[in-house]
Amino acid sequence: MDSWILSLLIFIPVIGSVAMLMASNSIGKENKNIYKIIALIATGLQLILAAILYINFDPSLGIEESPFTVQVDWISSFNIQYFIGVDGLSMPMVLLTALLSFLCIGISWNIKKAPLGYFALFLLLDAGMMGVFLSMDFFLFYVFWEVMLLPMYFLIGMWGGPQRHYAAIKFFLYTLFGSVFMLLGMLALYYYAPDGNTFNLIELIKQAPRIEASLWGYDMKFLIWISLFIGFAIKVPVFPFHTWLPLAHVEAPTAISVILAGVLLKMGTYGMLRISYPLLPGEVVNFSFILALLGVINILWGAINAIAQTDMKKMVAYSSVSHMGYVLLGMAAVVSTESAGAEAGLNGAVMQMFNHGTITAMLFMLVGVLYDQAHHRWIVYPDDYEKPELAGKLAFGGLASKVPVFNGFIVLAFFAGLGLPALSGFISEALCFIGGFSAFRVLTIIGTLGILLNAIYFLRAYQRVFLGPFNEDYKDLKDMSNRDLAIILPLAFLTLLFGVYPQPLMNIISNSLNKIIIIVQPYI
Amino acid sequence: MNNLQIYLLLSSLLFSLGIYAVISRKNAVAILMGIELMLNSANINFIAFNRFTSNLNNLDGHLFSMFVIVLAAAEAAVALAIIINLFKNLGTVNVDEAAELKG
Amino acid sequence: MEFNLIIALSFLFIPISLFVYQLFFGHILKHNTWYVSIIGIGINLSLALSFFYRVFHNSPDDHMLHYRANWLTTGNFNMDLGIFIDNMSAIMLVVVSLVSFLVHLYSSEYMKGDSRFSRYYAFLGLFTFSMNGIVLADSIAMIYIFWELVGLSSFLLIGFWFEKTSAAMASKKAFLVNRVGDIGMFIGIMMIYFVGETHSFNLSDIIEKVKTSEIDSTYLTTAGILLFLGAVGKSAQLPLHIWLPDAMEGPTPVSALIHAATMVAAGVYMTLRIFPILTGDALTYIAFTGAATAIFAASIAITQTDIKKVLAYSTVSQLGYMVLAIGVGSYLAAFFHLVTHAMFKACLFLASGSVIHSMHNSLHKLNDHETDAQDMMNMGGMKNKMPITYFAMLITTLAISGVPFFSGFVSKDAILAGTLSHYFDHGGITILLPIAGFVSALITAFYMFRLIFLTFHGKPKNKEIHKHLHESPAAMTFPLILLSLFSFAIFFTGTINPLSDGSKGWFSKAIGNGHNYVIKVDSHKADAKHDESYDLVHSNEIHSKANSNHNSSSDNLYNFTEHVAHGTHAAHYTAMYLSLLVAALGILLSVIIYYYNKINPNSFIKVFNVLKLYDLSKNKFYIDELYNNVIYKPFMFWSKVSSKIDWDYYDQKFIDSIGKITLSISNKSTKVDYDWLDQKVVDGFGKITHFMSLKLKKMQGGVIQSYILGGLIALIVITLIVKQI
Repeated sequence: MDSWILSLLIFIPVIGSVAMLMASNSIGKENKNIYKIIALIATGLQLILAAILYINFDPSLGIEESPFTVQVDWISSFNIQYFIGVDGLSMPMVLLTALLSFLCIGISWNIKKAPLGYFALFLLLDAGMMGVFLSMDFFLFYVFWEVMLLPMYFLIGMWGGPQRHYAAIKFFLYTLFGSVFMLLGMLALYYYAPDGNTFNLIELIKQAPRIEASLWGYDMKFLIWISLFIGFAIKVPVFPFHTWLPLAHVEAPTAISVILAGVLLKMGTYGMLRISYPLLPGEVVNFSFILALLGVINILWGAINAIAQTDMKKMVAYSSVSHMGYVLLGMAAVVSTESAGAEAGLNGAVMQMFNHGTITAMLFMLVGVLYDQAHHRWIVYPDDYEKPELAGKLAFGGLASKVPVFNGFIVLAFFAGLGLPALSGFISEALCFIGGFSAFRVLTIIGTLGILLNAIYFLRAYQRVFLGPFNEDYKDLKDMSNRDLAIILPLAFLTLLFGVYPQPLMNIISNSLNKIIIIVQPYI
Repeated sequence: MNNLQIYLLLSSLLFSLGIYAVISRKNAVAILMGIELMLNSANINFIAFNRFTSNLNNLDGHLFSMFVIVLAAAEAAVALAIIINLFKNLGTVNVDEAAELKG
Repeated sequence: MEFNLIIALSFLFIPISLFVYQLFFGHILKHNTWYVSIIGIGINLSLALSFFYRVFHNSPDDHMLHYRANWLTTGNFNMDLGIFIDNMSAIMLVVVSLVSFLVHLYSSEYMKGDSRFSRYYAFLGLFTFSMNGIVLADSIAMIYIFWELVGLSSFLLIGFWFEKTSAAMASKKAFLVNRVGDIGMFIGIMMIYFVGETHSFNLSDIIEKVKTSEIDSTYLTTAGILLFLGAVGKSAQLPLHIWLPDAMEGPTPVSALIHAATMVAAGVYMTLRIFPILTGDALTYIAFTGAATAIFAASIAITQTDIKKVLAYSTVSQLGYMVLAIGVGSYLAAFFHLVTHAMFKACLFLASGSVIHSMHNSLHKLNDHETDAQDMMNMGGMKNKMPITYFAMLITTLAISGVPFFSGFVSKDAILAGTLSHYFDHGGITILLPIAGFVSALITAFYMFRLIFLTFHGKPKNKEIHKHLHESPAAMTFPLILLSLFSFAIFFTGTINPLSDGSKGWFSKAIGNGHNYVIKVDSHKADAKHDESYDLVHSNEIHSKANSNHNSSSDNLYNFTEHVAHGTHAAHYTAMYLSLLVAALGILLSVIIYYYNKINPNSFIKVFNVLKLYDLSKNKFYIDELYNNVIYKPFMFWSKVSSKIDWDYYDQKFIDSIGKITLSISNKSTKVDYDWLDQKVVDGFGKITHFMSLKLKKMQGGVIQSYILGGLIALIVITLIVKQI
């Protein structure tokens, strides 16, 4: 049973989508709801499996000792294996993916246009994401990475907003561009591995630091690092590769934005931690200053841009850019000579990956609920709005008196986003800063400005939309439905839980991350 | 020049006349005559070779020329039938006027 | 678990349960839901008192409870949470619980009929929870966590009547300005955590670390100032004081609880907790910040006409005093003033709330929705209509003005004595500190009595309104009476002597003089200064005391806080006479102008306005406008610019231009590919073939004989060729 869990986690959504396709010929003709139900069952099973995995998970075991690992030959002539496993780094990501996929089916419950395509593609996306987080063979990793792209293209391009075609193609090409670099890095690792060509990540950890080769005068390890970094950086997204994000988020339908921000962004940093860090520790040390610098730039640039936004969804998108900056800063802290700082930083980074997933999922979901009713997301009408007499005026106003439950959750989500203690965002943020401070003092001090900037845009938006005199245009606004509540309660619960008692999350991740620190330490 | 060579000379002469007839005559029946001439010259060849290069135990050449005579007769019958059809369709047996396959 | 621990945890557990209850179930009981809250807070209060009675027998250095629990650990990184109760926390707990209790009681009448009544009590519970957390915290990280939560409660309560845009904006402003201070505090926390050999957030660990190891003084100064920045934000010091006057948008009981007695005191409390690690330079910075705040805010309060704004600026000014006290090293005086101020300022706010409540009722009866109920210019002559409120306010005004027999006199006097002593030690520019202190005291007395006279004395400005005024109900007046009782000096000094400095009272004994492990005082210098100190009565006594202590301590180093305590005691009488003088002057001036109306305030205004001072004061020195123009507007502008750069230029032009270049390349290559490669080259083959065939077909004549001839010739030729080869 143990060895089946991981494969099931990846392939149940695939089976689900196949089942959907089969159902389309029979039940699907009369009852379009069957697709949603199949999707719900598939992701529900996935979530249950993930929970079982969590209960039986022992954080102290590495990939090789873990009972869940599966390693079989796949394409043996190239030494490619079907090698999947879970350790402390992947576990929270698996849980996050399972949870968010399940909740997203709920968010997408009212999709009217071509539900078969939507849910089938969504399940494929789900399988791809799960596969990325579980694969320990680089080739398999790359396959799953690419599997994610195509469903995203269609999901944004068909079910998105007014500029969806542009957004979809831009997202697709931009990410693919990065994937090409990742492919180059992967192949280079394969060919230059000193003990025999392999894609196996565990093997490469042992072999990659011994790669002795150079190309065009640069050390091969450095080139591999750079190409891998570009590939992952576009996903994170790191400034200056971030501009696809606001567009993709704004144009995507709500559930896709949730998945995009909640899970897909984390893949970039996950890839860095899983692949770049253990395999090329020397390069990590050399590059860490730039990584910290980019992290701080992300924090500040994302927040400053978020302040100027008039569209709520775009504001939340830029806030995601800013929050991923914390992750980068925490990751860069691994080179700190203070072990407490390095541990704090790296653990904080992974915690931030999980916490930001839940928080930003809440944010997008709530904005989506409002959009569904009001059909617009303006905080204030922009200066170039189609009706010039409305430009600059408040689009909403005083909603808190009409929709108190919704208001309560918005307060929770916004304050979690700005890092209020007792909510999970604070702990991960604080740990990233503490780690960053021990490694790069001045940069981190500049970065702490983010504490203020993040608060600014959230509170401005909150005050403009929810406080103040009630805008009579919205007197028919309904409060959150039971379905909305059911979706947001788990996220809110997790946010509160890990804000008040973050140790369980820490317990999952700290062993594996400490191993990474041990790998990198000798190179400082 | 021995006996064989005389006969070969005769057959080649007849063959050339036959070719000349095929190439240059306008009348389809005359072309047919030329073809007959060519066939018969080949017959002379067969018989001459058989007579002068093998003994009477082996009469392959003579037999072969008998086959050719039969086949020539059959072929002449078919060819005449074609010419009759040609005449029915075109109203002439002048081959210069049967140039429908002109490119 | 230890019994004490359970009690201590209930300080956190009870209020947060009240929060959850009131938020989700509070609407069930409708108005009576306040009973649930007050019972809970009442339990809190009695538990606080149970710790409090131990204060009388406990030495200031002993703690009553210290419990640490591991909260977050990764192996080498640890963040513990813990509860620490010593004399100071016990007293503070009583202050918080008492004021919270009274505010809960008061609000039952003040907020009666409000549509979100239960939510109000929920937020009060949240606030009490967070404030208790700060008081009980044993580590600087825990203080920070609850610090932010207190900020959240303040945000929710200031913006309680959020339908008013001004309230919504005030709550946002409060939170954001606090955040600026919090950035500094966070950096300070990180700096303190990483310095030295051991890494800990725990206060006792940190103090131990600083005490025993040599840490670079500049580093420690920076860390101290940064930590203090948090207090600058929370306790509304210059330049982050701007949020407090705006916070008056919240209900008055909230202003009493949060913005007078407790939350704003949290900054001072935190600074007191980190007092042992503050360097001399840090203290200097702190002192000047406090002095500047004190005099600056006082000078604005003179011209304000909104009763709550006067009190707000007065709060800022008094907080400045507390901070000033810390800066000159008077640990005891700072905490003393914190406690006395909590009592009388809460009373002042609640009394003003009573006035406003009465005004509102009266205006409501007259169907007047235009007149501002909070403007003192609409009041006057309320003394007979609202006697309890009047007497409570009078007593507490006497207290804040520093009149003997009242608590404010003792605490303020201690601070002023501290500043004088500080000057005698350091000389030079530090004269500004006592000057600021005394001038602010003068101004404070002046404007507080101005408030009393304008509101309660004289002829009512509007007879109609005046007719309908009446005293507030018992739920509102009882807190006033209780708090004003606590404003008598005897309560703290334990002696009838009005001129005592309270050094023999329970309070001084309980708190002691604090410790500072960073500043070392050179004993010889200390001696010389003592000789010069201007001391009327006790000079001989002091000298002998100083000498005797001196002999017993080590050669060059001398305990800083003891030194400060001695200096303060020496300067006590000087300060006392000066402060009496100054208070009398202030009151006299106020009496002349406002009570007897002998001098028209307008002529004063004209005199001051020669230098535009009146306008400056009335308009809060245009600080908000300054921030608006210098910080906020440019920042928003740059934010929009950066957004434009990021989106319109970087993304649309640059990134998309990569796309556009790709597209144009692909267009050109399509052209090359189709028009050239396909049409010309590939099709060219076809065209050549076609051409050739056109030419070659002429060879077919259709006459079979020519074909045969051709074949024959070819055969001959080939035979000849083959033969030749």
